[in-house]
Amino acid sequence: MNSSQSYSALIWRQFKKGRLAVAGLIVIVILFVVAILAPLLANDRPLMMRSGGRWSFPAIHLSNDLRGVDFKVMAGEKKEGLFMIFAPVPFGPNTYDLPHVLEKPNRVHFLGTDGEGRDILAQLIWGSRISLSVGFVAVGITVIIGILFGVLAGFYGGSIDLLISRFIEVMMCFPTFFLILAILAFVGPSIYNIMVVIGLTSWPGVARLVRGECLKFRSREFVTAARLAGARNRRIILRHLLPNALSPVLVSATFGVASAILVEASLSFLGFGVPPSSASWGSLLSGAQDFMDVAWWLTLAPGFAIFLTITAYNVVGEGLRDAIDPNLRT
Amino acid sequence: MILYLIKRLLLMIPTLFGITVITFLIINLAPGDPAALKAQSATDALKGEAAMAEVVDQTRKLYGLDQPVYVRYARWLKQIAKLDFGNSYRDHRPVIRKIAAALPITLTLNILTVLIVYIISIPVGAYAALKARGWFDRLSAILLFILYSLPSFWVAMMLIVWLGGGDYLNLFPIVGFMSDNASRLSWIGWIGNVGWHLVLPVTCLTYASFAFLSRFQRASMLEVIRQDYVRTARAKGLSEWRVVWHHALRNALIPILTLMGTLLPGLLAGSVIIEQIFAIPGMGRLGFESVLARDYPVIMALTFIGALLTLISVLLSDLLYVLVDPRITFRRQT
Repeated sequence: MNSSQSYSALIWRQFKKGRLAVAGLIVIVILFVVAILAPLLANDRPLMMRSGGRWSFPAIHLSNDLRGVDFKVMAGEKKEGLFMIFAPVPFGPNTYDLPHVLEKPNRVHFLGTDGEGRDILAQLIWGSRISLSVGFVAVGITVIIGILFGVLAGFYGGSIDLLISRFIEVMMCFPTFFLILAILAFVGPSIYNIMVVIGLTSWPGVARLVRGECLKFRSREFVTAARLAGARNRRIILRHLLPNALSPVLVSATFGVASAILVEASLSFLGFGVPPSSASWGSLLSGAQDFMDVAWWLTLAPGFAIFLTITAYNVVGEGLRDAIDPNLRT
Repeated sequence: MILYLIKRLLLMIPTLFGITVITFLIINLAPGDPAALKAQSATDALKGEAAMAEVVDQTRKLYGLDQPVYVRYARWLKQIAKLDFGNSYRDHRPVIRKIAAALPITLTLNILTVLIVYIISIPVGAYAALKARGWFDRLSAILLFILYSLPSFWVAMMLIVWLGGGDYLNLFPIVGFMSDNASRLSWIGWIGNVGWHLVLPVTCLTYASFAFLSRFQRASMLEVIRQDYVRTARAKGLSEWRVVWHHALRNALIPILTLMGTLLPGLLAGSVIIEQIFAIPGMGRLGFESVLARDYPVIMALTFIGALLTLISVLLSDLLYVLVDPRITFRRQT
């Protein structure tokens, strides 16, 4: 029917047919862009300014003579030849605005302010950086370790398989979140530690998957053929095995990102996440807890952000799973 | 049957051993020194480095922290075998007492959760399968998906604001396991009081699992319905009710029961957040407080018990599987 098409192109075609999945993917891309462009989207320094005939870009690079300058005051002064362009959200995540505390959403602060006058939208935008980076790095670690152990167990079999399978079983017995908490208590909750710890506690699932796939493909003809052709090293066989084993791993990784984001938010909520100087969605929520009786709407924005992100990843994961399933080919 | 049980129990032992090793390794990651931490609070009034160092030394000897790692591990293993988890670093009470006080609360919470999840998911999944692709199927799929993606602590906060002590409705208490003077209530009154306190926390714990379980039930049911024996039953003229209940559902339930093993440990972990929010003195909250205070014995004991409970629940659900499915025997086929 179709001329020969690479496997990934086939999966992409199937994936595109699901409207919900594509919508989820769009949301993910938007979040990605927002996270990368955060300093340009929400910053109390102007993106571009001209003062005394010289152009500068304070949002990206603050030259020494402009340090400590309050740009809003400068804009208000309306000096001769001064020209400033501010970011769409002209507040940084740590811009205190104490006269305007706990405001409801208004013209100036699109989503209101928190207990210390910081703009909620700015904190949301910068918080997405933490969520996304934790999600991706943690899943990256999980996938690498999981593939390593899975291939070792599934391909070599025998006593190596036995040992690794026992290890996987032992690791899966631990209640994950509590394990993460325990380890973080000892090594200290910095963003890097969080990424690594989440990654280190989720690899057993991936390893099991990869092991299953390797066991399945180990006895197929193409592997035997490669061996007969004198495959130089097991490495070459891994180049045949791995690409086939990776599709369920991709699905698992997508769900894994959603889960990692949720874990990071939970940790920050409990006060065990990134230090409070970097706004994370979870810490925004926990901050909102203190003001629940006077400003309960503070919980809406960060909670919804987490919900939207997780839903997007889950939807894409489901879409991927359906795209890969050969029974559902249309 | 008994042989199977024995075989499974024996297989549990190396896994158990592995659990203790890993738990112990993790605890020893800690850069902080509990002896120093302990001594610091006690010797704030003391002046002089020498006095402080001596107290730290004594504290270290008291807890046996000056021995090499493997000696401490062996010593700990011996204690565990006697079910002695040592004393908490925080208040010197025996760890077991603390856990024994917290365990029933968490177990109640989790067992209630599992029951409610099963009671609701099974009919929902089964009905969605029977009327596959109908409006119920599609609507429930969307709803369940949304529920699955809602972060539990957010839902908890929203529930507290709207249904708890906030400005809106005030239907449920938001703190604790029971009211202060509950001991004065009669037996039935006491259960009612506890139940009233548990409505919100249990809600938060259950909704996420609905999606998972009812999806599974739907898939399993769909597979069963396609089988020949269901067609035969229908052709025989049996009522739809009998076909579904007596033939289809029973067979569809079999894989679901094995899921119980994986559900329970997830709940144990999930309770950490919920117990913290609702101030329920269960194992999750105990664990969190101990983690904050670097209370090694309690953390180790909790992690160990958590893993142990997981093992046990996996074993139980395997057993259940064997009991329920008459096709599975472990005698060699002759």
